[in-house]
This record gives sequence, C-alpha cells and structure tokens, in this order.
Amino acid sequence: MSLNSEKQKKNLAQRQYKTKLFRLFCASITWLSTLILAVLVWQVTASGFNWLDWQFLSSFPSRFPENAGIKSAIAGTFWLVGLVAVISIPVGVSTAIYLEEFAKKGRVNKWVEVNISNLAGVPSIVYGILGLAVFVRFLALNRSLLSGALTMSLLILPVIIIASREAIRAVPRSIRYAAFSLGATRWQTTWSHILPASFPGIMTGIILALSRAIGETAPLIMIGALTFVAFVPEGPMDAFTALPIQIYNWASRPQDEFRNLAAAAIIVLLFILLIMNATAIYLRNRFEHGKNK
Amino acid sequence: MSAKNKISFGQNVRQDVSENGESGVLISLENLSIFYSKKQAIKDISCKIFSNKITSVIGPSGCGKSTLLRAMNRMNDFVDGVSLEGKIYFSGMDLYGDGVDPVEIRHRIGMVFQDPNPFPKSIYNNIAWGPKINGYEGSIDELVERSLKQAALWDEVKDRLHMSALKLSGGQQQRLCIARALAMEPEVLLMDEPCSSLDPISTARIEDLMFELKSRYTIIIVTHNMQQAARISDYTAFIEAGKLVEIGDTEQIFTRPVQKRTEDYVTGRFG
Repeated sequence: MSLNSEKQKKNLAQRQYKTKLFRLFCASITWLSTLILAVLVWQVTASGFNWLDWQFLSSFPSRFPENAGIKSAIAGTFWLVGLVAVISIPVGVSTAIYLEEFAKKGRVNKWVEVNISNLAGVPSIVYGILGLAVFVRFLALNRSLLSGALTMSLLILPVIIIASREAIRAVPRSIRYAAFSLGATRWQTTWSHILPASFPGIMTGIILALSRAIGETAPLIMIGALTFVAFVPEGPMDAFTALPIQIYNWASRPQDEFRNLAAAAIIVLLFILLIMNATAIYLRNRFEHGKNK
Repeated sequence: MSAKNKISFGQNVRQDVSENGESGVLISLENLSIFYSKKQAIKDISCKIFSNKITSVIGPSGCGKSTLLRAMNRMNDFVDGVSLEGKIYFSGMDLYGDGVDPVEIRHRIGMVFQDPNPFPKSIYNNIAWGPKINGYEGSIDELVERSLKQAALWDEVKDRLHMSALKLSGGQQQRLCIARALAMEPEVLLMDEPCSSLDPISTARIEDLMFELKSRYTIIIVTHNMQQAARISDYTAFIEAGKLVEIGDTEQIFTRPVQKRTEDYVTGRFG
C-alpha cells in the first residue's frame, strides 16, 4: 500500500478530525469555567460595588448597614496571615529540607510522605475541631489570633511541605554532586545551591498556601473567632475577626443591604488574593529568569 | 596483593613498592568489592595508582568503571544501598576507615563529571565557591585567574567573569568544571568520561589540558573512547563485568596485552 493511496488519505482525514473534535471539547470546557467565574465576579461586583468606598474600608461593623465597614476584618486578616506566615514558613520549609536532603530514604520517610499527603486532603473543619480542642481549650490560648494562626498553620503546612519538597527535588542531582565533589557539607550544599535553585518553586507554594489561609472560614468559625469586632487587634492574644467570617456573617442576614455589604467585602478579599497570586507569579518569573541569565 | 588477580605490568611500572607511598603509589585498592543492594558491581579488584600519571579505565558500558571511580572520593555514599568490602588507601589513609570524613577526602580528590555541571551562577562564583566554603585564605581573585589559566579557559572568559556560566558552550563549561576542581588544589583529579558530551575540537583541548596537568596532579579518567585512552594515558586498566582483567602500561595494553579478553576488546572485536 502506497502512502498516497485513497485509503490512507481518508484515514488521515479521520484522524485529523478527531484531533479537531478533542480540541473543541477542551476549549469549550476551558471557556465554560472562565465564563462561570466571570458571571460570579460580575454578580458580586454588581451588588457590592456601590457599597465599596473609604467609609466601608475604614469603619467597624455596625447594625446600620450604611455605617458598617470591614476595618477590623481587614486588620484581623492581615494579622492572621502574618502570624501564619511566621509560623508555617520556617516549619514547612525546614521539614521539606529535612525530608529531601537529610532523612534516610526508607520506609519511615515514605510513611511520613503518605501521611503529609493525606493531611493535605483533610477537610478544614477537622482542623478547626483540632484547633478548638488543642489551642483554645488545652493550651488555653482562648479565641485569640494566635489560636487562629496556629490552626491555619496546621491546615496549610502540608501544602507548603509538599510544594517545597517538589521544588527541592526538581534541583538536578548534578548540582548536588558538583557541590559535594568540591568538599562541601550537606548544609553548605543546601544553603548555597539547593535553596536558591528551588526558591521560586518554594515561594509559589508558600504564597498559594497563604492565599488559601486567607480564604478559609470553617476553622476560624470552629475555634470561635468573633463575628462582631469593634476594635483592631493589637497583639496575637487579642480576639479577632477576619474577612471570610465577616462575609459569612453578613451573607447570612435577611436584609438585602447586608448581603450587598458581603459582596463588597468579597471584592476586597478577591483583590487581596489577586495581589498575592500576582506576587507569586512575579517572583517565580523573576527568579527563574535570573537563573538562566 | 591478592593472588586471585593475575595482573601483568609493563616494563615501566613498578608494583613492588610498600604501602607507605614511596615510589609514587598514591592510591591502592585492595580486594575491593562494591555492591548495589545484592548486585555486585565491582568484584575483588586490587591495583595501584601512581602519582603524576594519567591512568585510564576502559571497559564496556555497565562494567563498573564509574562505580569504581566514584568509590575513590566516596561519591557512592550518595547512592542508596551501596556497600563496600576491601580497602582503598590514599597516601596510606584508609578512605573508608573510622573517623575519615568524606568531606575532607573530596577536598583532596577532585572530580569532573560526564556532563558539564556548572552551578547556575557566574563564571567567577563557580570557581570561587569551593575555596570559599573550605576556608581558603589567599586572594580569591588570583585563584580564579590561576585556575582558569590552568584549565585553558582564561583568555576566552577574562572579560566576562561575572556572566552566567550557563551561557558558555558545552566544551567551555566542561573546562570551567575542570577549573573549578583545580581551584581546590586537589591531589587527584577523577574524570568520569569528561569528553563524552563534547565535540572533537573541545575533546582535543581537554586532552591537551590533561597533558599539562599531569605534572601537578594525578589523573584517573574513565573513558569509553579507546583512542582517547591510548592517546593520553600512561597506564590503562581494562575492566569487564566488575572484574579487573588487566592493568598495565598503556602501550603494552594496546599492543601486547596478556589477556585474550583485553586483546579482543582493544582491537574492537567486542564491546
């Protein structure tokens, strides 16, 4: 059979048709999800945009919708993210370095790895229950920012560890060998070569994990974060609220005005998330580019 | 020396020297066996490596040449499940003895790898890093220049020392890796098929370089390329399936090998 026979041509046309069909399928799915997101954003914007002004950002909550604002919620969210970062980044990255560079690769390591992956899949409400039992009650930290931050740190630690391990593992072995062959210790190799090379990946993982912490509501409700806070927290032991809790509180009220307030707060939350994700992408591109310079 | 190993030597090679390193024995392997989990990669090898000479290790793929080379600066420590029997003495020191720190060994026995593996840093920092972390006290600038000159790379890069090393060509990168190893001022340079990913011109430059380095360093090179072994080395070891078939003067190995297997291999009848 020659390559130019009729049968061959027909067969080729069929194969190309399948490619087109598959492409169409993938494209429609992509656009469908984008469309749904756009509709959501549009709805939120439409109902909340008019309420979004300086008064809204700089006022405490109130029972009068026109006076209500998210000052304490924004402050609480920033406090929370800051504390979560301080707790989870050193712990998560150190764990990843230990597991990848120092721990013996064996059954124990594998077992730890499986458990961390499983922890990443545990529903956030379960972390809330844990936080309530351990931090709020047992360690008597009460309903403080610290309780919330510790609970959130537990929640995102698996994500940070997994992302950091992937990033560390992606550093070519040849770089490690080169360093070792020059008489470097494990620590010198890790500090001078492994960490800089895996920095973009680790950073991306951290920021995505922190973004998740910003948006989580269930664990905070579980540990009893307040929903009506007329003050800005001044230290880690203060009671607090956060944006998702404020949104949850307003959205569950019957009055339309409060639902609009919830929409306005969602816009603020989305904006913060967007900024964080943009930072992650910027950092990754910048450092990956820097590496190949 | 083990009686199990029938080893023959050329007229220039003296093997009847004591362990203490006189008469130029720098490294001696005694009944060395290396295992990957259960599989035995190196089978009871004994031989001696002479200082300020180039010794090449030839043999078919998978015969254990690289494993043997990596045992000499304990790079096999990073491979899971590797165990070792027998002894390797370096200047009379048992490399696998108690209290021997592999970090110090790698300081004294440098290595150049099969594929060029510069750090994703500047040319300057590629060379400066090793001496810095090992507490080098002299002028790093001078050391960088000296190392690059020794590796015959200085003229090509002297105006762009702070450019990323990844921008160099493959041959230049490999010479940079040699310069990086030389900057540690090692006593031995282990080279694991250093030219296998290079073009003939770059290969020729590195071979020239090895000739020049011979006066100051002891070089052990694993190579697939028998012409290369014949061109550059003083001694040649032929390894097959983990066993040392024959070691001796290069000229003798290539022209009057004692073992039939060696003759078959160097004349291209197999491998």
